[in-house]
Amino acid sequence: MQALRGITWLLLLQSIGEVISRGLHLPLPGPVVGMLLLLFALRWPLVHESVQAVAEFLLQHLSLLFVPVGVGVMTHLDVLGRYGARIAIVIVLSTWISLAVTALVLRALMPKEPASDG
Amino acid sequence: MADFVQLWVYLSSTPLFGLTATLLVYVIAQAFYGRMGQAAWANPVLWSVLTLAGGLMLTGTAYPTYFSGAQFIHFLLGPAVVALAWPLWLRRDVLRARFGRFAIASLAGGAAAAVSATGLAWLLDLPNDVLLSMAPKSVTAPVAMGVAEKLGGIPALAAVFAVVTGMVGALSGKYLFDALGIGRDGTGWMARGFALGTAAHGIGAARAMQVNADAGAWAALALGLQVVFASVLIPLVARML
Repeated sequence: MQALRGITWLLLLQSIGEVISRGLHLPLPGPVVGMLLLLFALRWPLVHESVQAVAEFLLQHLSLLFVPVGVGVMTHLDVLGRYGARIAIVIVLSTWISLAVTALVLRALMPKEPASDG
Repeated sequence: MADFVQLWVYLSSTPLFGLTATLLVYVIAQAFYGRMGQAAWANPVLWSVLTLAGGLMLTGTAYPTYFSGAQFIHFLLGPAVVALAWPLWLRRDVLRARFGRFAIASLAGGAAAAVSATGLAWLLDLPNDVLLSMAPKSVTAPVAMGVAEKLGGIPALAAVFAVVTGMVGALSGKYLFDALGIGRDGTGWMARGFALGTAAHGIGAARAMQVNADAGAWAALALGLQVVFASVLIPLVARML
């Protein structure tokens, strides 16, 4: 029952997020507005308890959710055939640049102490 | 034999096929990943995508036919983005105390991703719609699609780039961090996890969660921040250019 309530909360907040995003022409997509709404709603025990189970399950299996879109690579084989090598270079290099910048900036900003489990 | 062919034609055209195939292949890929000691190269997303795409092409099954079933899994990306509030909420005290530092790291990493991707794409003379689809590639796929659409890129291509980016981060992150001298202590795991969530979104975060629980939590937090910043800033910057 908690899980059922949890998924209902997620979908309800996503829907409200969609309405707000489209209604106010926000740059934030509906699910992101829904995420911000949930961040505020989580202080309410009724939401908190039911969302916990579903959120942990969904986030644990997050990588599965990318598979259907990833398979879509087969419909773009023409673009990839023509520009594949260059696209690969761009993706690999820029991913490394971004990983390195983020890790080094964060490490430089954080005081040298063991991280607390908040 | 003719009966079997008929049965296959029927089954492969129902939504049941795409949904079952996705789950079945992923569950097997996940088991293989576990058997290989969670080695980076055995990444379950990579092998699931290759197996499914290869299988569809070999059997001559069209992607839309497959997607009519797989869309039920794809749909869950929306609620999963909403659910990202959960790891943010769990770490709300650290987040509030050090929001500035996390925001700076997230913005620096996001800017590095978008600028280096579009810059390199421009240097290598890639067409404009491909270049614009590259800009949001570090953001999680559903958000990347939305951003690419607003920029004038190709949403489906943006999603593929985002998935490939996630896989590159998940596969090679470990070696890069070791080369950069990022440790495996509290701060080191924080930097590793946060970087994976920022640069390699959900797939990087999933990898971080499997390697170290603490790194996974930081990755989820980074993912949440990145989603908010990127979806506001990338279209804004693009409009100014």
